[in-house]
Amino acid sequence: MNPMIRLENIQYTNKDRTILSVPSLSITQGEILGMMGPNGAGKSTLIKILSCLQAPTGGKLYYKNAELPISRIPLEQRRKWAVVLQQTLIFDTTVFQNVAAGLKIRKVPRSQIKQKVDFWLEQFGISHLAKKNAHQLSGGEAQRVNLARALILDPEVLYLDEPFTALDYPTKVKLLKDFKAIIKQTKTTTIFVSHDVTEIQFMCDRLAILMDGHIVQIGSTANVLNNPNQYASPFIHDMSLHIE
Amino acid sequence: MDLLIEGLKKAIEMLISGDPEIFEITWLTLRVSLTAVLISTFIGIPAGVILGLTSFPGRRFVLILINIGMGLPPVVAGLWITMLLWRSGPLGSFSLLYSPFAIIMAQILVSLPIIIGLTCSAFQQMDEKMLLQIKALGATRLQTVRLLVREVKIAILAAVIAGFGRVIAEVGAAMMVGGNIRGETRILTTSIVMEVSKGNFDVALALSFLLMSLAFIITFLLTNLQQRNRVR
Repeated sequence: MNPMIRLENIQYTNKDRTILSVPSLSITQGEILGMMGPNGAGKSTLIKILSCLQAPTGGKLYYKNAELPISRIPLEQRRKWAVVLQQTLIFDTTVFQNVAAGLKIRKVPRSQIKQKVDFWLEQFGISHLAKKNAHQLSGGEAQRVNLARALILDPEVLYLDEPFTALDYPTKVKLLKDFKAIIKQTKTTTIFVSHDVTEIQFMCDRLAILMDGHIVQIGSTANVLNNPNQYASPFIHDMSLHIE
Repeated sequence: MDLLIEGLKKAIEMLISGDPEIFEITWLTLRVSLTAVLISTFIGIPAGVILGLTSFPGRRFVLILINIGMGLPPVVAGLWITMLLWRSGPLGSFSLLYSPFAIIMAQILVSLPIIIGLTCSAFQQMDEKMLLQIKALGATRLQTVRLLVREVKIAILAAVIAGFGRVIAEVGAAMMVGGNIRGETRILTTSIVMEVSKGNFDVALALSFLLMSLAFIITFLLTNLQQRNRVR
């Protein structure tokens, strides 16, 4: 199968220090690729580079086999993707306006915006909050707004940087179930960064382990978690202990 | 206390009697102050956004100048504008000294740094991740700025209110560049100074009540605009 996204020798250095070095990485259409690694391993940097929010210092990025100009990605290209960042950043306006933000940016007609927002609010079970100011929401509600705001854009690729952190367990479980169902239904290619093994096990088809800016192991989620190689093993072991 | 009551009585009397001179002075004060604040706002907000969000060589030096400008003594502003508009000055040929235009220029000079400085601070305090989030939503630069302005609208309106406060209270520069000419450049603050120097404390107090009422109404409207839809 042709890869949706392909990286070739992607490098990100800062003052001679290598933050990220990825010789090759391919992500196929409809796949959910998980990324794990300790703090500072380069996960967030990789997400930013993949979503073109940050330019790498070297390497090539291909999208549907076409090379992208990494230093200046066209806006139209960036608008095919959606990103949910680690921190829930909600605008100081109503839930409806927050979810509609990306559509307004794309100058979608008002009648379509209303229809789409109503649909996605319904999908995430937050229709009753439409008129509420988003700054008054609980953590779980705000995260649903954040995810709805990304998915309403009907993205070809969805980048998620620890979107469920800081949620309590019951909220997380409910949201994960709803979210996975939506992702599978829309067949959205997803790159999912998380610190939580259970989230990764539940969500991801494949898993990449990042250590010190390098992908040390990549494969099916079950295989990586059950048979980690010598580089990934200490991290997986620590995570497993953490769960126990 | 008696003087205060007398002043208040006099103010009511002046308003009821419909003294055209009082209305003329009040109207000119309003016109001049609002024009100065509007111009300062239209220049100050974009300048504050640029200073707050971008980086360029000499930016820190510009910020120092802006911060010094926030405390610029009005008489110094008046002196500079006078020199600029003086018959032999660079703009002398336009004969603008001792006109409402000169007062507006002086008031812009004292309020512009406040609006630029406070707007710049508001943008600098913004979470960088918010900028990244807006970029991630696919916004153009202009859309990004528009969304950010909406996010810091409370701070921006605070900057405008502070600028208006400086302008409405300003007297030194207005006296210097306007000359307090009856029927032409006399505004409430310069009238108050004149009446005090003449010993007419009741009239000065009455004018001060008018000035405060004007300041109250404008600030009330701006504060309402600032606090609209506020949830906390």
